[in-house]
Amino acid sequence: MILSLKNVGYRVKDKDIISNFSLDIATGAFLTIVGPSGGGKSTLLKLLANLISPTSGEIDFKDKNINTYSPTNYRRQVSYCFQQPSLFGETVKDNLEFPFKIRKQPPDQSKMEQVLESVDLKPDFLNKNITELSGGEKQRVALIRNLLFKPEVLLLDEITTGLDNDSKEIVHRLIQNVHKDNTTIIQVTHDNDEIHQAGQIIKVAEGKLVK
Amino acid sequence: MKDLAVSNLSLFLSVALVMVSVGISMKEHLGLTKDVFYSVGRAIIQLTIVGYILKYIFKINNVWLTIVITLLIIFNASWNANKRDPNPDKKLWQSFVALLIGTYITLGVLMLSKTIKLVPMQIIPITGMIAGNEMVAIGLCYKTLNESFHDQRQQILEKLALGADIKDSSMPILRRSIKTAMQPTIDSAKTVGLVNLPGMMSGLIFAGVDPVYAIKYQIMVTFMLLSATGLGAVIAGYLAYKNYFNDRMQLIEK
Repeated sequence: MILSLKNVGYRVKDKDIISNFSLDIATGAFLTIVGPSGGGKSTLLKLLANLISPTSGEIDFKDKNINTYSPTNYRRQVSYCFQQPSLFGETVKDNLEFPFKIRKQPPDQSKMEQVLESVDLKPDFLNKNITELSGGEKQRVALIRNLLFKPEVLLLDEITTGLDNDSKEIVHRLIQNVHKDNTTIIQVTHDNDEIHQAGQIIKVAEGKLVK
Repeated sequence: MKDLAVSNLSLFLSVALVMVSVGISMKEHLGLTKDVFYSVGRAIIQLTIVGYILKYIFKINNVWLTIVITLLIIFNASWNANKRDPNPDKKLWQSFVALLIGTYITLGVLMLSKTIKLVPMQIIPITGMIAGNEMVAIGLCYKTLNESFHDQRQQILEKLALGADIKDSSMPILRRSIKTAMQPTIDSAKTVGLVNLPGMMSGLIFAGVDPVYAIKYQIMVTFMLLSATGLGAVIAGYLAYKNYFNDRMQLIEK
């Protein structure tokens, strides 16, 4: 198993957001999480991304508690892509250079152009100001920012919500290719097309796994 | 000096000036009357005590006592700077370290360059000026950090999610906070002498010193405040941004 949740709970101000949640996720799986809004789906992804820690239970990554990994190394392997992401700096290039910068590596221009092409964006897009991008373009840039260095697990939080059909199709194609490349995908969605693409579906409601 | 004549009677008569603000408060229903009397009372008591203490310290002229007084000034400034930090996870020692280093480095340079001597009459007022300005700069730095961590929460979370450490995630916020903290001192340096005659220069001119000689001191003060506010803000900022994260490099929920 690449990720295991063992009786995980997350409690904030006496309210259980996630309670007693157990789940095993196999390496290379394509897991889709569905359920009503406010049911704890995004919190579950944030727990898996180690952006928050469980208040009870534990999460294992490759059979070791995620707290035994350094947070930065873990998050580079288990990468979280947000719903309605915000881009940094001024240009698309600023965003794509960031993953290199945090790894203390010089930016690789050809790699950046290559990932842009994978989401149907031209190389000259690198110098485009982020304020000029459409919602679909922003989401594509955010997604490839997570994929410049291939993660082992990709966590997707309703990333196609509000996108036009063309952008959605491009994003779906990229995610399928990433999955074929043996990256485990865990996505939260309300989109019917995405639910049909899933290998495994689970439902989360009121912070619990619904059988 | 012979022209300086603030007698007790003239000081008492100048209370009329306080009555001007009391009158404004009452006429405009500002509700500040009590506050004006309280602040004036406090100022009179504080300054009287400080005046007598300084007279005693200057008379003794002891190096160790002078250092203790500078430490007290720095601690008091740290306490106030720390109070201005809206983050509930603030730490007093961080403000103290920032003020201590900023003040002592600036004082050290001034002494090494023989601009001032290690005598209480020079060290104590200069320490007060440095620490007071640093206190304002550090408070401003804390306030901007807090606002930015609130406004840019999503962006920081995204950087963390990409595998950035807390420093890389916070760097734009940190830079902005330090810049905001230093800006008033830089702006004031640009207008010094044109818009206002600052305290030190005014004091010397008032005491009958040649204005050309007085500006030398004011130039020194401008240099020293630039150095002190810069050092204080940088150290405080680099220490305080960490208070927004836990040991798992997660942004603490407020």
